[in-house]
Amino acid sequence: MEILELTALELAKKIKAGEVTVRQAVDAALEKAEAAEPVINSYVTLDREDAYAQADEIQKKIDAGELDSPLAGVPVAIKDNMCIKDQLTTCSSKILSNFKPTYTAEAVENLKKAGVVILGKTNMDEFAMGSTTETSYYGPTKNPHNTAHVPGGSSGGSCAAVAAGECFGALGSDTGGSIRQPSSYCGVVGMKPTYGTVSRYGLVAYGSSLDQIGPIAKDVSDCAAFLEAIASHDPKDSTSIAREDYRFTEALVSDVKGLKIGIPKDYMGDGLDPEVKEAVMNAAKVLEEQGAVVEMFDLGLVKYAIPAYYTIADAEASSNLERFDGVKYGYRSSDYEGLHNMYKKTRSEGFGAEVKRRIMLGSFVLSSGYYDAYYLKALRTKALIKQEFDKAFETYDIILGPAAPTTAPELGKSLSDPLKMYLGDIYTISVNLAGLPGMSVPVGKDSKGLPVGMQLIGNAFEEKTLIRAAYTYECATGKQYEKMADLDGAAAQSQAADGKEAR
Amino acid sequence: MANKISDETIEYVGILAKLELSDEEKEAAKADMEKMLDYIDTLNELDTTGIEPMSHVFPVNNVFREDVVTNGDGRADTLANAPQRKDDTFEVPRTIG
Repeated sequence: MEILELTALELAKKIKAGEVTVRQAVDAALEKAEAAEPVINSYVTLDREDAYAQADEIQKKIDAGELDSPLAGVPVAIKDNMCIKDQLTTCSSKILSNFKPTYTAEAVENLKKAGVVILGKTNMDEFAMGSTTETSYYGPTKNPHNTAHVPGGSSGGSCAAVAAGECFGALGSDTGGSIRQPSSYCGVVGMKPTYGTVSRYGLVAYGSSLDQIGPIAKDVSDCAAFLEAIASHDPKDSTSIAREDYRFTEALVSDVKGLKIGIPKDYMGDGLDPEVKEAVMNAAKVLEEQGAVVEMFDLGLVKYAIPAYYTIADAEASSNLERFDGVKYGYRSSDYEGLHNMYKKTRSEGFGAEVKRRIMLGSFVLSSGYYDAYYLKALRTKALIKQEFDKAFETYDIILGPAAPTTAPELGKSLSDPLKMYLGDIYTISVNLAGLPGMSVPVGKDSKGLPVGMQLIGNAFEEKTLIRAAYTYECATGKQYEKMADLDGAAAQSQAADGKEAR
Repeated sequence: MANKISDETIEYVGILAKLELSDEEKEAAKADMEKMLDYIDTLNELDTTGIEPMSHVFPVNNVFREDVVTNGDGRADTLANAPQRKDDTFEVPRTIG
């Protein structure tokens, strides 16, 4: 099982040196998945046969010297809202339960060019709407560190799969924190790049002005390598940006001397779990000891980010999800009268409660009479939030804080009060509104054994600054919080909690 | 300033959203929306006079290209996903009486 202890970059190096074959790497991940899936449920689709076929093809290319990527032969997983040609892509929804795309997402295509093996598609909140992976039509995913808890969301399946060793890296998408929050909950490294860095072509849209694909990895080096592989300028995505520099792995340097780091006072105040606060402040201290200048400061408008976000995201969602109507693909109701009734029945049967809730709110804020008061007001607020970040980055290189106010909540405790669940997005959501890069790095564990993530936020196009700081932290602390989840331990933690409740 | 969603409004939103809701779902949706709108109303504390609505964070413009097909003929693949098809077309319920 020692293959599983390797990071993606270490594994690829061993494959290149002929010490491990691609098949052995796939074997190790699939064996782990076999053991983990009945409990963890990270994957919606796991295609063993296809994985081995890819492995053989990649091995041949490596042996022939045709593939010289630092990730060649590495088994990975893809969130189930990214299209892969001829493979089931469900968005964890009933309405796409039978959908096989006719093309592959650009980010996935880029990853394939880097020679990875795609093991399967991971579970998520339905259409990425949720913070726990409990809104999935295919059942919840569980946190590999403590199976009585959620993995976070919406990229919960991808983060859990990496944490449990069911793959060596994964892609997620982040509209309001959907990579960073579950990465924090699962103790893995996840990054949402600057808007426009990774093509959204083939990513099933939720909130198009906020959605961004990003890597989820075992450590900072892998995260940088995966980002380097997937980022590209893509004419097929009109919001894709041609960047001057895609060499993210060059930033893997342990040096933060003179780096100015600001911690927003409002990120450390009311509502923050004391154990999370302690772990994040300790991490900030580590960076300070390495030579960074760390200060507290006032970042304005923090509390207005969530209401602005849910207005904008739901408005865009209501428009984006109009296309699911039972005509060209996906589920169609079997019982209807006429065309309009077919649309309504199909959508009502095909979408889950959270998706319907957001489509309705979105339809409302876009409707005539309310458009100015709600939708335009939110877009004006977004402009003000962006200004606050611009001001902060005049002084600081990095904004540091927690990724989420708590560690992972217990299963079944979040969905009954959506507004309360939305408030958990407070530290991540403004980053999407402002289009900035953000990253979560494991910096501790709470008394239940659940991981804590530190969030680093950079100015637009400053991913390398984040990678450098995160790498410096990692080097200084010896990756002590990045260990793979111990599934036997997680089950024991969960049972211990059950026992306590029974008493 | 508590928001109140009327029966007519939830009916109208159902039409816009193309969703058919049971009476129970309608009541739940009303309560959810009222609560969310009350929360969204906190934005009214902010003075946004003279602030332009920001739909995109970066100054990106329309991207144009020549109207040339580059992705080949995907007709068979596309039709393979049809919930109902008739020969080479998508089949839908009759739209005109």
